[in-house]
Amino acid sequence: MLIKLTGGTVYDPAGGIDGQKRDIYIQDGRIVDRPTADLKIDQEYDLTGKVVMSGAIDMHTHIGGGKGNIARILLPEDHRSDPVIRTDLTRSGSGHAIPSTYVTGYRYAEMGYTAAFEPAVLPVNARQAHMEMGDIPILDKGGYAMLGSDDYLLRMLTAKKDQKAVNDYVAWTLQASKCIGIKVVNAGGISAFKFNQRKLDLDEKNAYYDVTPRQILQTLATAVKELGVPHPLHVHGCNLGVPGNVDTTLDTIQGVGGLPMHLTHIQFHSYGTEGDFKFSSGAAQIAEAVNKHKNITIDVGQILFGQTVTASGDTMRQHANHKHGHPNKWVCMDIECDAGCGVVPFKYRDQNFVNALQWAIGLEIFLLVDDPWRVFLTTDHPNGAPFTTYPHLIRLLMDKSFRNDMLATIHPEAQKMTTLASIDREYTLNEIAIMTRAGAAKLIGLKDRGGLTAGNWGDITVYTENADRQKMFEKPDYVFKDGEMVVKDGQIVHVKWGTTHIVKPDYDAAVEKDLKSYFDRYLTMKMGNFKISDDEFTEDGRGSLTVHSLKEVV
Amino acid sequence: MTEITEVPSPFCGIGTDDLTISVDGLSLKVLSNGCAVNTPAFEQVITDFKPRVAGKQVALEHAVAKAVEILQDSSQPIIGGCATDVNGMRALLALADRCGAVVDQMNFNAARRNYLAMQDSGWMTTTLAEVKNRCDLLLVFGKDLESFVPRFFERYLWNQESMFLEDTANREVIYLGKAPSGTAQVSPNGKQAQVLTCADADLPDVVAVLRALVKGHKIDADSVGGIKVSDLQTVAERLQAAKYGVVTWAASALAFDQAELTVQSVCELIKDINDQGSRCSGLPLSGKEGDLTASQVAGWISGYPARINYAKGYPEYDPYLYDSRAMLENGEGDALLWVQAFNSKAIPPVTDVPTIVLGRSGMVFDKEPDVYIPLGTPGIDHAGHAYRADSVVAIRLKKLRDSGLPAAADVLSAIERAL
Ligand SMILES: [Zn+2]
Repeated sequence: MLIKLTGGTVYDPAGGIDGQKRDIYIQDGRIVDRPTADLKIDQEYDLTGKVVMSGAIDMHTHIGGGKGNIARILLPEDHRSDPVIRTDLTRSGSGHAIPSTYVTGYRYAEMGYTAAFEPAVLPVNARQAHMEMGDIPILDKGGYAMLGSDDYLLRMLTAKKDQKAVNDYVAWTLQASKCIGIKVVNAGGISAFKFNQRKLDLDEKNAYYDVTPRQILQTLATAVKELGVPHPLHVHGCNLGVPGNVDTTLDTIQGVGGLPMHLTHIQFHSYGTEGDFKFSSGAAQIAEAVNKHKNITIDVGQILFGQTVTASGDTMRQHANHKHGHPNKWVCMDIECDAGCGVVPFKYRDQNFVNALQWAIGLEIFLLVDDPWRVFLTTDHPNGAPFTTYPHLIRLLMDKSFRNDMLATIHPEAQKMTTLASIDREYTLNEIAIMTRAGAAKLIGLKDRGGLTAGNWGDITVYTENADRQKMFEKPDYVFKDGEMVVKDGQIVHVKWGTTHIVKPDYDAAVEKDLKSYFDRYLTMKMGNFKISDDEFTEDGRGSLTVHSLKEVV
Repeated sequence: MTEITEVPSPFCGIGTDDLTISVDGLSLKVLSNGCAVNTPAFEQVITDFKPRVAGKQVALEHAVAKAVEILQDSSQPIIGGCATDVNGMRALLALADRCGAVVDQMNFNAARRNYLAMQDSGWMTTTLAEVKNRCDLLLVFGKDLESFVPRFFERYLWNQESMFLEDTANREVIYLGKAPSGTAQVSPNGKQAQVLTCADADLPDVVAVLRALVKGHKIDADSVGGIKVSDLQTVAERLQAAKYGVVTWAASALAFDQAELTVQSVCELIKDINDQGSRCSGLPLSGKEGDLTASQVAGWISGYPARINYAKGYPEYDPYLYDSRAMLENGEGDALLWVQAFNSKAIPPVTDVPTIVLGRSGMVFDKEPDVYIPLGTPGIDHAGHAYRADSVVAIRLKKLRDSGLPAAADVLSAIERAL
């Protein structure tokens, strides 16, 4: 099968193409060079005047795993407001804040996304995360395994085990949980909450362990680097949502000593304490630090107004924030000496000073960070807003007058506390393609996704140029997944199944000796039963694993 | 004969995975770490292999074809039981979505007590490894724990070592409501649990008073449900003083009207203690016969726990309306598909509507169903996944023998394909 996409205006930052006319050929799922003249084209699409990008990749979205399912079950009223009816092609389900799995896959694909990564996979709950993602059609997926509040690591650090031992444990965890990266959530803080600590600063010791968050971050960032895992340590920082946390975040950036580190939903960690309400924007300082430290990447975690639900591993902060929950019902859970989770529904209001300023802070960060290869477009779905708001967010970034119109409607005191109106920057299509495609693929270490040159898989999205960027990005003309058309005119036309991306760093087999004894003595399952096997992905005939190569370690 | 070690169990609900089982052809024997729940469930002999239609043995394809015919003739099919593994539930929901069926897990009336409380105000909970390593005070509410989960104390309380307790034998146990039936709750150093009993009907009042005491309200009465208020005051103080208190209950034991309000009181009391500055968590126990598995999978596929109706082309959740037994009694359904892969004694309700049973081999019926297809059991006849009581850990079930009995997922998918 040879497909030709003819005459589209291509934005392929990975291939260095910024808005030039190009023909693209797809053969057997992959993009190929222009074939010899005698090869028959089976299908041709005239894309004259259309915008062509690779399929979008969401590098941080909560689409699989226990806390998301708790959030689903907690909010039947939210699902009732958005029923999704079955068609001959698609399954039924429910939508809005945290959609059911099938609906998640369809809605992402209908927006031109072809891959999404769950950033908070508790190793002990990884099986569930993968099973849920296994029921998300069309998209490729993958997960980042959460470490940093697990008692095994904290015991190692307290016992002053060397870096090599930690590296082995990290590599073992990646293999056992079938993940592609490592995430830390409130380093050590989820554990501290189990010991009844209600806050934990960067240099504050765990009440039981002789360990600080800073040490955990340094050790894990080093492990990730030394193992050659392409995705840098993915960090949800300390003090989420606390006014004044901008200092913690700056300290985290400076304190990691140049190691690669990704700071996620940084909007929630960029708050000062100035002004009448003792809540102010730290966006300028954060952007300055990110611009200066090339080892740092971020995603924003933009909030958008409306009802949503927050689901996080950060039990300490979620418990502290439960009083702001709306509706007033929430779940906190300590989990298996591994981590925890907290689920708190939220309604962000434009006439609430704090919410309004959070909105502005996120946008300030987007617009003040220079390098689109190091900032990623997220709402931390569903925490800041459901992923279905992305086209709206893209318009806010690309359209200054629209942005300023919106700004004029939010809480007046918040308007006074943001520099947003004075920022002229408008993102270009190429920059959007970097943030949502090429940059994301590079950040995660996907070798043949996120680009449109020969050798890449045929994940391609085609839009009709429209000055209203929200309309443009809401409804692509075509979406191809692995070379097959899955969406036409914003509607699913074909359902297929994506792969699960993982890395498999080596470890010294001796690591299992200690682990086995730890499992037998303290945990509630056998180590052998903890490890996820390949056949758990493939036995349903739909799933597959794609192993990505590691970076060479110097 | 082979010996298989580290066998996980889908039967006991706590994800015991240290069984050693010998396999000799089709016969299984639990060699170590069995219990009153798991051993008979594993060792049960296969008594029928052949599907039946109208009581006559037929080939599987024939039975599937008859099932398809029944579902095609139905305008409101009901899928009950829903006791299967993750892949079984996936296939069951696909079929329900296809034919507009009601999906109702057989234990939902019990599970509902938890879901209603959780969906109204939420809760704070913990999991078994946290109990094993941190819990210094366990309050067992309204249930004789050891008959429900025989190995709970041995595995999670009187474990030899724990990471954060000097001596697990010093843990404290309080029974509130029911008395323990055996001696499992006696600590290794001989310490007995404190026992405060009352009638089930008094549990709502007892927990209401306990919550008031936790909040520091004054109680005028001297006793409630036969329990001295001063004793409850002590319970409240011990919960507040505990480093990591845990309150456990089994929704199935709270078999009285509006028990969800009692569950809610327990959950709110736990939240109060956390807001006062101490740690305390709930441990709702279920996970039997696939009940949590059903609601977890229904949760991610439909957005709701396992009592939903697909009649309108999308899932609708109503914890009362779609009670399959009530629907059958009221004539609101016109075909029943019963799926029960774990327990051959859990047979469908007797009904006049055409009935298809996909059941664990060995089912004996009061009334022969129109179609009966004996199933293999997840974790014995085929691999699979099941959730354990704390709803976080999905255990990987092993295939132990080659019986040729089909998995529920295979049969359900075959029916769906033929529809
Ligand atoms: Zn997140």
